[in-house]
Amino acid sequence: MGKVSVRFFARYAELAGCESAAVLVSGNPATVADVIARIREVFPGTQAMPPRPLAALNQRQVHLDAPVSDGDEVALLPPLSGG
Amino acid sequence: MMIHLTRHPLEVDALLAEVQGPERGGTCVFVGTVRNDADVTGIDYSAYEPMAFAEIERILSDAQAQWPEARVMLQHRLGLIPVGEASIAIVAAAPHRDDAFAACRYVIEEVKKRLPIWKKELHTDGTATWVDPSGKPVAGGLRDR
Repeated sequence: MGKVSVRFFARYAELAGCESAAVLVSGNPATVADVIARIREVFPGTQAMPPRPLAALNQRQVHLDAPVSDGDEVALLPPLSGG
Repeated sequence: MMIHLTRHPLEVDALLAEVQGPERGGTCVFVGTVRNDADVTGIDYSAYEPMAFAEIERILSDAQAQWPEARVMLQHRLGLIPVGEASIAIVAAAPHRDDAFAACRYVIEEVKKRLPIWKKELHTDGTATWVDPSGKPVAGGLRDR
């Protein structure tokens, strides 16, 4: 069991209704996908996110099967539009 | 150290001072400005700032590795930017122009792919839409794609 902090940005923050949250996930190991599944349960608005949103783990983009540990920060990133 | 993210108007001259030198004979400047698409009055830029900063450092470091003799710098503006004002400036100086152009082009393309920054277009009628480069703009608020 690990506690992961989650951050929402731009449209996803609107869907979640907040900019950050903390969730408990279990798994051996738990993955970013597990965190997202938990988020969809806790914040129903985020069910409108695409099935496989872009995600960052500790400030680096990762695939959704990346393992997470206690204390990690997962960020859910809408399609990037910088520049 | 140059500030990569700012809420103030960009100053290209200050960026140029960071990269130019007597051994670098070619300098390429890219400036991206907010375009007057349809009824757009401005764009509100937001970012995952610590990651955006770290990613800019990584992009510049990657450019440095590919063009060791070049110096490249970039600044991205955040917050509400009116039509016609710059949102990003990239400067690349190298001994010769080919490397300056190549490094500048590389950096803007990586920015588009890697920076966690988002645009919300503001319209004359007071509405706003998130820009999704992978598809159509999404209405501000809770409408699904």
